[in-house]
Amino acid sequence: MPEISLLSGPEAVRVGFYVCHCGTNIGGTVDVKALAGYAASLPRVAVSRDYKYMCSDPGQALIEQDIADHKLNRVVVASCSPLLHEATFRRALGRAGLNPFFLQMVNIREHVSWVHLDKKAATEKAQDLVRAAVRRVALHKPLQKRRVDINPSVLVVGGGIAGIHAALTLADAGKQVYLVEREPTIGGHMAMFDKTFPTLDCAACILTPKMTAVGSHPNIKLWTYSEVVKVDGYVGNYKVQVKHKPRYVIDDLCIGCQECIAACVYKEGKTPDEFNLGLSKRKPVYLPFPQAVPQKVVIDRDTCIEFKSGKCKKTCIEACGDRLAIDFKQKETFDEIEIGAIILTTGFKTFAPERNPYSGYGRYPNVYTSLEVERLINASGPTGGEVILRDGKKPASVGIIHCVGSRDANTNRWCSKVCCMYSLKLAHLIKEHTGAEVFNFYIDMRTPGKGYEEFYDRLLDEGVHFVRGRVAEVSDWAVHPSEEGKLVIRAEDTLAGFVRRIPVDMVVLSVGLEPQADAQDVRRLFNISCASEGWFLERHPKLAPVSTFTEGIYIAGACQGPKDIPDSVAQAGAAAAEALALIDAKSVELEPYTASILEEECSGCKSCISLCPYQAIAFVEEKKRAYINEVLCKGCGTCVAGCPSGSIKQNFFEDEEIFEEIEGVLAYA
Amino acid sequence: MSDRSPDKPKVAFYWCASCGGCEEAVVDLAEAILDVVAKVDIVFWPVAMDFKRKDVESMADGSITATFLNGAIRTSEQESMAQLLRSKSQLLVALGACSHLGGIPGLANLFDRASLMQEVYVQPPSTINAEGTLPQTHYQDNGYSVELPVFQETVRPLDQVVDVDYYIPGCPPTPKTFLAAVQILLGSELPVKGTVLAPDCALCDECPRKDTKPEKPVFNEFKRPQQMLVDEQKCLLAQGLLCMGPGTRSGCEALCVRGNMPCSGCYGPTSRVRDQGAKILSCLASLVESKDETEIDRVLSTIPDPVGTFYRYGLPGSLLQRKRPDGVRQAPLPSR
Repeated sequence: MPEISLLSGPEAVRVGFYVCHCGTNIGGTVDVKALAGYAASLPRVAVSRDYKYMCSDPGQALIEQDIADHKLNRVVVASCSPLLHEATFRRALGRAGLNPFFLQMVNIREHVSWVHLDKKAATEKAQDLVRAAVRRVALHKPLQKRRVDINPSVLVVGGGIAGIHAALTLADAGKQVYLVEREPTIGGHMAMFDKTFPTLDCAACILTPKMTAVGSHPNIKLWTYSEVVKVDGYVGNYKVQVKHKPRYVIDDLCIGCQECIAACVYKEGKTPDEFNLGLSKRKPVYLPFPQAVPQKVVIDRDTCIEFKSGKCKKTCIEACGDRLAIDFKQKETFDEIEIGAIILTTGFKTFAPERNPYSGYGRYPNVYTSLEVERLINASGPTGGEVILRDGKKPASVGIIHCVGSRDANTNRWCSKVCCMYSLKLAHLIKEHTGAEVFNFYIDMRTPGKGYEEFYDRLLDEGVHFVRGRVAEVSDWAVHPSEEGKLVIRAEDTLAGFVRRIPVDMVVLSVGLEPQADAQDVRRLFNISCASEGWFLERHPKLAPVSTFTEGIYIAGACQGPKDIPDSVAQAGAAAAEALALIDAKSVELEPYTASILEEECSGCKSCISLCPYQAIAFVEEKKRAYINEVLCKGCGTCVAGCPSGSIKQNFFEDEEIFEEIEGVLAYA
Repeated sequence: MSDRSPDKPKVAFYWCASCGGCEEAVVDLAEAILDVVAKVDIVFWPVAMDFKRKDVESMADGSITATFLNGAIRTSEQESMAQLLRSKSQLLVALGACSHLGGIPGLANLFDRASLMQEVYVQPPSTINAEGTLPQTHYQDNGYSVELPVFQETVRPLDQVVDVDYYIPGCPPTPKTFLAAVQILLGSELPVKGTVLAPDCALCDECPRKDTKPEKPVFNEFKRPQQMLVDEQKCLLAQGLLCMGPGTRSGCEALCVRGNMPCSGCYGPTSRVRDQGAKILSCLASLVESKDETEIDRVLSTIPDPVGTFYRYGLPGSLLQRKRPDGVRQAPLPSR
């Protein structure tokens, strides 16, 4: 290793060391005076100080003044995480005329004071870390940030209410928006609901105007039945490939008249209708629901006779006539788009209650999920808004079981947040539609939100029964003549202190919310993180709730965690604002932590090329060497670690710097 | 030795823990050795001429221009010879992989001294040693007392024992590498102290199969040459063989690869790498195709001897240096 020969002469390294008390956050656990004294004893440290709040204006001024007075050319600040204040202190160095990258931060708050109790040991650990930083900073090199232009277009992935709201907000601000939805229509879960809590306004009435606005907005390119398959690039300059699945109907020619549906050789639908959760049947050519946007039919190749046998009479084509909108030869197509920011609003899926055998779902036909009941109640649903059981009867008594797949150690531990409120809504609607007696089985009623508790009070007044306790079992085992032919809900009533058996005609399972089945694939595709439960991880739970750890990629709605409509819309607006703030800045500064190939030393072994997650490395045939495109490099360091001959160098993370730091930590004090 | 010219550089060769192949490489210079000999005086070369330790002891400090020492340091005698030659030489050159990085003998650092003694002197089925007699450092017989070298706990490369000026890599260094190194040392301008006297690029650079290497070789299994018919044209990594070429210094002109055998890494890492094994592991591990943990374990289990594969020549000179003897906390060894 090269000895640091910067001890004397004009190039001599002169380090200023500053330790922050952070009030008592650090000062309470680390002996900051002793730490400053220790740092003063280290080689090359010219000034060493402690100060109550280094990040304050006087704290920063202290650094600037010392740089001038003591001719400092390196600065080490021992305080909090660099995530919080590295930029602050770098700016201070810049103001004093020093390259900002001559700074090294030591995180003695998150890494020391917050995680230790023993003051002596904590101070010793802080000393080790400070020694490492003082040694490392001597090797720092001046670096320059890069500035790149930002493409002002935005991609929104997922066309539920969050995606719709984000897309409209951005489009109304004059930005080009691409909205990609994998289903044949936008609308998401909200389109399936009849009413929304707590105001009971009709979901379609408030949603469909926004859906049509998306469909006709000049600034929105709506791609339904499409999926993002590839994401390249970086903040401000993403390149995304979108796959369009063939709907076998030419978008531009289909006018949504639906004559083909009527003309289909199937007189009746034979395929379970996905939008109605299988409660009705559809034909191979179909429109998901009457208000679908776009109003373009889809042909399902798995059930269409023409695709199965090639011998269909093709009455649909006859019906379509001169419009010529049906094309059985359609292939999937791809579009490449360039955008500056991405908003993910990919939503959730509902808990599959088969995983809870006690619930009786799948075993007793009169056990429904809450989402199925939404469709039953919906006027455009399979029963035209009548709550009718599978046997055609109207239920006289209904039990709604809360927390199915929520707050349950055996399935999902989290509270799905929306179920209490939608259970109350369904209780009200069922009662309204059928006059049935309704029982709610709940663990706790969770109704925080504007007008939510009032809605709960209203339900209590409407005569809905509430039983506090977890349901043990749903069965058809009658022990009393009154239970014959009914479903019996056995539940502990923790308020009354005994176990109840309540016979009902219909059971509604208030299923919880879960991350989408392919959330992990989507997260990898967009290079963001998931929390352990599988929800997309926000950059900071309080202060950056719609940002991710990947710059320029935002999340909104239930893909980040269970959320009701108001919260999803609020987040979508927030994400749109974040995206606007980014793209309206016109350009973005990139950290200069890029990697570069040492061209003389590279052996051309190609090991690095496939390692790069950003496709920034290419093999140059003429030179038989690898080459890193600095604009594409995000400084992840993967190639640097992977280069078997050490011929890739990364700014700010050069081997010498890292080894010096390690040796500093391990050196005996 | 009587016709020693006062202005000719004086050169010494010595041999510690090694197989002797490096000395052989010197002899392999064939006619070229005559050119070397014409330019230098060989003042100490026990393998070829009759010298004794006392001959060296009698020399003035710094009187040898350059000593080429091959072999790792394992015994107390080797250590003391290394120190003696260091003090007598202006330049001390570590010759060959053992002296440079620890070499094959360095793999003994996977064991401690006691278990090595058991393995060699007590346990072999062909050994009868009921009393469990082990080599001693003192022996007294008939009024004569003999001192024998101490077999040390750890094998060390030369620079963990004494200050080293230059290194000539290889197991053994090819005659061409040796000759080029000698010419550099005889030249007017010496390279920076600590330089390894060979190209500083990895072997792929001079490999005849370079063009056949794919951009993404993927591994579902690591193969050994005896398990397959090896294609004589195609990149060996692309054939699933563990070739250390990408992580090994060039200079040998890819001799093994030309012989249809994968590079085993004897020239050591480039100057920019501290730990050759860790680097090549880091590179290869990312080329395992599966992302499933059990499958990855299966793929990696096809490497029968990972340390012997990735650290075949460099364990003592690596970051870890040796396996920690059971229950003993390793005192920090002097760093290079």
